[in-house]
Amino acid sequence: MKKVMMGNHALSYGAMLARSQVIAAYPITPQTQVVELLSEMCASKALDAKFIKVESEHSAMAACLGASLAGARTFTATSAQGLALMHELLHWASGGRQPVVMGNINRAMAPGWSIWTDQNDSLSQRDTGWLQFYCASNQEVVDTVIQAFKISERFMIPSMVILDAFALSHTYEVVELPDQDKVDAYLPKFNPPFRLTPKEPHAFNALTSPEHYFELRYKLQKDMEKIPAAIEETGREYEKAFGRYLGQVEEYRCDDAEFVFVTSGTAGYTARVAVDELRKQGIKAGNLRMKVFRPFPFAKVREALAKVPKAAVVDRNCSYGHHGIFYQEIKSALYGEAKAPALFGYITGLGGRDITVDMFREIAQDTLSKPRPSEEIGWIGVKR
Amino acid sequence: MKKFKPTPKIVFASEKEMPMTPMSLGSMLYNLTGAWRNIKPVIDKAACIQCGICWKYCPDTSIYIEDEFPVIDYDYCKGCGICAEECPSKCIAMVEEEK
Repeated sequence: MKKVMMGNHALSYGAMLARSQVIAAYPITPQTQVVELLSEMCASKALDAKFIKVESEHSAMAACLGASLAGARTFTATSAQGLALMHELLHWASGGRQPVVMGNINRAMAPGWSIWTDQNDSLSQRDTGWLQFYCASNQEVVDTVIQAFKISERFMIPSMVILDAFALSHTYEVVELPDQDKVDAYLPKFNPPFRLTPKEPHAFNALTSPEHYFELRYKLQKDMEKIPAAIEETGREYEKAFGRYLGQVEEYRCDDAEFVFVTSGTAGYTARVAVDELRKQGIKAGNLRMKVFRPFPFAKVREALAKVPKAAVVDRNCSYGHHGIFYQEIKSALYGEAKAPALFGYITGLGGRDITVDMFREIAQDTLSKPRPSEEIGWIGVKR
Repeated sequence: MKKFKPTPKIVFASEKEMPMTPMSLGSMLYNLTGAWRNIKPVIDKAACIQCGICWKYCPDTSIYIEDEFPVIDYDYCKGCGICAEECPSKCIAMVEEEK
């Protein structure tokens, strides 16, 4: 069935089609419609789930963890300050191996108080052990929620499905909603390898001595390393069932490119328009959109960038005192590679400043005019 | 009086044997927690009226009823003193532990 919907509602429909059983969430702009619609679905029984109202995002995640441990498929959503308030519990989710799926609407961190998009909220949670999927369309949001549950539950590692505030969260697009019975076949009932039940009592997540903690964390990382292959596998399986491939990166006109943008989120779609325009002017541009950030798609990034002489990483975030975060990570992935492009890092669009085709044109011009970057960070669109 | 036998502490030799999450496997009975205590409840059986209030209130289920009288399980009692506080006949004294 085709439906016109906003990005936030795409998250809600994804959670509904995945048959989430427990939803605990606290509203925050620009995420509010996600939980608004889910609470309506729970009230009308369109979704057979418990909706738990809580007093903070910290409690929302705590409630999700209890429900998940009891064996329920669990969903929540938040944004920026709310995600930061959850920080402690994010570690509990991954360390406790509980496959909660969460929507996060990328919103700039205060102060200055902002409700507009950038990626510093989710990227600040980089090391919490959550999978991170960055979406660029409402269709991708619905599809990714379903795939995220599948991967999270297979490896018992939680997932964050991330979309840009307003640029996606409040933008209406046509979405093909997958059939429920096909989703059920793709995503069977959640059957965890351990659960909280009086039938077989265990104490969970208690004091763990140096005798065992190290090994638990080793296992978490080892399972993370299996996920890139699992994303490919489940992405192909999704394509077979629904006609849309869900991979780790999206390559757009990269094959013969002399220069590619590396992008994420909705900027990755604007970049495609810029690529087409640059190609009309005779510049062989391409776009590599990062769909998955954790686990980092090392193989895909190395493979895609080995073919091109130059690449410009466009970050809508900043690791203050260092570089843009995607730029850092892509550089580290390419270090020591025999075939790697000259890499340029640009920061733009912080706090919801629009990232336009003109900006991509400016980036392309800068990158193509010199053999290597002339400054640590290229700032695009800043008034100076 | 005790229904369970203590079990040995589990130590894994390799990560392969371990569950993926920090969880107790089976019983925690190897973990005797009575050593946490520095004062202990002592019941004066002669003054006890067998009401069972101490048994009901014990937050660590460390009081058993044996021959209709309460008995403290010192393997697990942490000496919180709630039994002594709630005892209507004041027959439980909290006594300092000595070595």
